Amino acid sequence: MNLVGQLAAAGPVATDGAWGTELQARGLAAGECPDAWNLAAPERVGEVARAYVEAGSRVILTNTFRANRLALAGHGLAEKAPEINRAGAAISRRAAEGRARVFASIGPTGKLLLMGETTEEELRAVFSEQARALGEGGADAILVETMSDLAEAKIALTAAKETGLPVVVSMVFDSGKNKDRTLFGATPEQVAQELTAAGADAVGANCGTGIAAYVPICRRLRAATPLPVWIKPNAGLPELVEGRTVYRTTPEEFARHVPALVEAGARFLGGCCGTNPAFVRAVVLALTRA
Amino acid sequence: MVDLTRLYDAVLKGDNKGAAAVTREALAEGVEALELLSKYVVPAMDEVGRLYDCEDYFVPELLLAIRAMKAAVELIKPGEPVGRVVIGTVRGDLHDIGKNLIAGMLQGGGFEVIDLGTDVPPDRFVAAVQEKNADIVALSALLTVTMPSMKTTVEALRSAGIRDRVKVLIGGAPVTQEYADQIGADGYGSNAASAVPLARKVLGK
Repeated sequence: MNLVGQLAAAGPVATDGAWGTELQARGLAAGECPDAWNLAAPERVGEVARAYVEAGSRVILTNTFRANRLALAGHGLAEKAPEINRAGAAISRRAAEGRARVFASIGPTGKLLLMGETTEEELRAVFSEQARALGEGGADAILVETMSDLAEAKIALTAAKETGLPVVVSMVFDSGKNKDRTLFGATPEQVAQELTAAGADAVGANCGTGIAAYVPICRRLRAATPLPVWIKPNAGLPELVEGRTVYRTTPEEFARHVPALVEAGARFLGGCCGTNPAFVRAVVLALTRA
Repeated sequence: MVDLTRLYDAVLKGDNKGAAAVTREALAEGVEALELLSKYVVPAMDEVGRLYDCEDYFVPELLLAIRAMKAAVELIKPGEPVGRVVIGTVRGDLHDIGKNLIAGMLQGGGFEVIDLGTDVPPDRFVAAVQEKNADIVALSALLTVTMPSMKTTVEALRSAGIRDRVKVLIGGAPVTQEYADQIGADGYGSNAASAVPLARKVLGK
């Protein structure tokens, strides 16, 4: 059994919370490329990673969500992709200090395959480059996350598997009347079945419209695959109050849904946008009680 | 005679090559541009909107249908548009899928669409509205942090003295009717299917 299977078997495992907002709290300007901080301000990225380890995360991610060549090109940083990814994995690895495992983050490219904005070949090359660098930086596993297009997710999965590391794939369910589809219309059943067949080591759901909505999604993923399920919801939908972005869900409200998620089959549990170390502490507490 | 229902089917199925081929044949045979648009392209896009609304279609099908519709419309070069729309994603926001969907739906609905792209500052909206004599300005934002740029854009239209000349429509994931009321927009659309009916409504057409 590989690492993901071992952790899941001994779980449920608390993962981490959001990185972007934590970096902004440490001075990252809106519109600035967060991933570039792996080179420009590694100590502050390390602070975020450590804050999660100290809050009780047993799996932490890396500040590499947008560090694929196509997304970095928007900031003129395409050529820095290998370096940014290696540094990102190394920063989280140092912060983990053997107390947590590092699941390196790979996000979408932002280019649409079906409209011909990119090709399968280009995506394969881009994700292979990123995954390889994350492996070199010391990642324990790779997390392909926040995906909307199953086709892109599967290409990233195959590329990440080439490193020999276990790979988790997590998609966003926020579309359709019941908010139970991906943007491209896939159901949890389709996602679980196709990713399982494509060789994922765990499948999951992240971001989305809030934690309550992910309980039934989790149950449906679980029913459609023998693999462990990974869940990392938003702290509800953001609202704008006097010009500032506010997430209304509190850590306590968030954690109240933890027992239901565990019951629904979640083996990895953390938070996405709007969550922070306080949410992780609340999740850890709820897990020890669950 | 070319079977014109093939144009309707091509748009509905997202077949851009087919849509262009039928349109070319029809125009060569002397079929009126207006007939192609009003009897086949627009109804096909209405049906696309309906299928999207009832979840038979999702974003991929919508994008492909819009591409097919555009392939036809580019050849037709219709006469008088229903209205002229300046559209863009507001300053600070680089998301374009939602904006492109709405631009495509409006174009399919017979509007002339001037797409300013993403990260559009308020003064560029103002300049485009003046220059193109637009009837509608459509603002998109996907991020809560960029939503305030919608308000600044409405204010810029006001200080330029052209707020009353143009209808302001807004949309995007974090946007709500309350927000539209709050910033004094003329309308809010929650999905791609609502774009054409809403644009027609605010123009009284």
